[in-house]
Amino acid sequence: MKQHSGALGRLATLRLLAQRFTFLALAMASFGLMLLGKADTVLVERLRLAVSDTVVPILDVMSRPASTIAEVVGAVRELATLRAENVRLREENANLMHWQTLARQLDNENRALRGQLNFIPDPDPSFVTTRVVGDTGGAFVHSMLINSGSREGIRKGQAVIAGEFLVGRIAEVGQRSARVLLLTDINSHIPVILENSRAKAILTGDNSDRPRLSYLSSNTNAAPGDRVVSSGHGGAFPPGLPIGVVSSVQDGIVRVEPFVHRYQLEYVTVVDYGLAGIMPSDPPSEGRER
Amino acid sequence: MKGTLLQRIDQWFRHLLPVGSVLLLILINALPTRLPGFAAVVPLLPLIGIYYWSIYRPDLMPPALAFGLGLLNDVIAGLPLGVSSLIYLLAQGMTASQRRFFHGKPFRIAWWGFGLVSACALALQWLLVSLLLGHTLEPRAVMFEFLMTLFFYPLLSWFFARIQLALLRSV
Repeated sequence: MKQHSGALGRLATLRLLAQRFTFLALAMASFGLMLLGKADTVLVERLRLAVSDTVVPILDVMSRPASTIAEVVGAVRELATLRAENVRLREENANLMHWQTLARQLDNENRALRGQLNFIPDPDPSFVTTRVVGDTGGAFVHSMLINSGSREGIRKGQAVIAGEFLVGRIAEVGQRSARVLLLTDINSHIPVILENSRAKAILTGDNSDRPRLSYLSSNTNAAPGDRVVSSGHGGAFPPGLPIGVVSSVQDGIVRVEPFVHRYQLEYVTVVDYGLAGIMPSDPPSEGRER
Repeated sequence: MKGTLLQRIDQWFRHLLPVGSVLLLILINALPTRLPGFAAVVPLLPLIGIYYWSIYRPDLMPPALAFGLGLLNDVIAGLPLGVSSLIYLLAQGMTASQRRFFHGKPFRIAWWGFGLVSACALALQWLLVSLLLGHTLEPRAVMFEFLMTLFFYPLLSWFFARIQLALLRSV
C-alpha cells in the first residue's frame, strides 16, 4: 500500500515537473519567435500571410454588422451638429465654387499649352478599391488588414489612398489579404515636402495620431497650417499626394495632422503608379533573401 | 464513465467553449470600430477570457492553448511575433497558480485580481514592443488601454459565467 502511494506521489511529481517544463519551453519559444521575427525571415512572413488569408474572409463577414453599428452611432452624432455643419458647408461651398472657376480656367489654359508643347501625359494609374476588414487599433501597431491581395494585383510598396489623400502603403501581401502600414506607424518613413516652402523632410510615424517631420533642414520655418505632400523621392509614391497639414511646432519638433484619420477608413484605394518603389523594407534586389 | 459517442462529441464541443470564446474575442478586437477616439485605446479583450478561464476552468485553458491563442493574436494584430503569446502564457500561469485564492470570493476580488494581471500584461507588452521596435512608445495610450480593459471586465466575466453555468457545469 505504502509503495503504491509512493509511486503515485512520484507520478504526481513527474507530472508537475512536466507541466513546469512545458511552461518554460513555451516561454522560451515566445522569446525565440521574437528573435525570429526580428531577423525578419521569409518563414515568419509566410506564416503571417497564411493566417491572415484564412482570417480575412471571417473578418469581412464580421465587420459588416460592426460597420452598421458605427454608421448608426455616426448618424446620431451628426444629428447633433447638423445645423453648425450646414453653415460650415455653405461657406465651404461658396469658397469651392470660386476655386472651381479658377480650376476650369487653369485647366483650359493647361490643355492649350500642352497642345502647343506636344506634352506626353503620365499613364493613368491602375487601382483597386477595397474594404478595410481588420484594424486592431491600440497603441502598439498602426496597420490594418484589407480584403484584397495579390489576386487583385496588389503588390508590396504600393500607395494606399483614401479619397485623394495618402494614408499609407502596402507592407505585406497575401493571396486575398494585405496589410496596410499607416503613415502613423512607427515603421513608416515617407519622403515629403512642405507645399509652400518646398522644404524636404521625412514624415516619420511614432504610433501617435500625429506623425513627425524629421530631417527638416533647420533654416526652414514650418508653421502650423502648412500643407504636407509626398515628394516622390525614393520612387515610392508619385509627387504631390496630399498627406496633411502641420499642426504644431514645439521645441523643433514638427508634427503633422493627417487629412484622414484611422477611424474614418472604411474603403481604401490601392494605387499602382507603376513606380519601382525603393521602399525601406523592400529587399534591394530580388536575389537577396530577407 | 465514457458515455455514448454522441455524448462524447457533445462534451468535446462544450470543452471547446473557453478557447472558442477567446478566439471570438481576438477576432472582435481586430474589427475596425470606426469610432473616433476608440481606435487609439482598444481594450485587451482576449486577456479577460484567458484570465477568467484560467481561474474557473484551468483544465480547458492549458498553457499551450494560451500560447497558441497569443500567437494568433500577434499575427492578426500585426504585433511582433511572440509578444502576445508570452503575455497570454504568463497571464495563464500567474492566474492558474493563484486560482484557489479566488474561488468563493466576491466578484470585486476577481476584478481586483484582473486589474493586477492586466496591468502586468500591458506593462510587459509595452516593454517588449518598445524593445523590439527600438523606440519608446507613448505610455499614456497604454494607460488608457489598461483602464478600458478593466472597464470591460465585468461585462465579459458576467457573460462567461452564464456560459459556464449553462454549458460547462457538469462537464
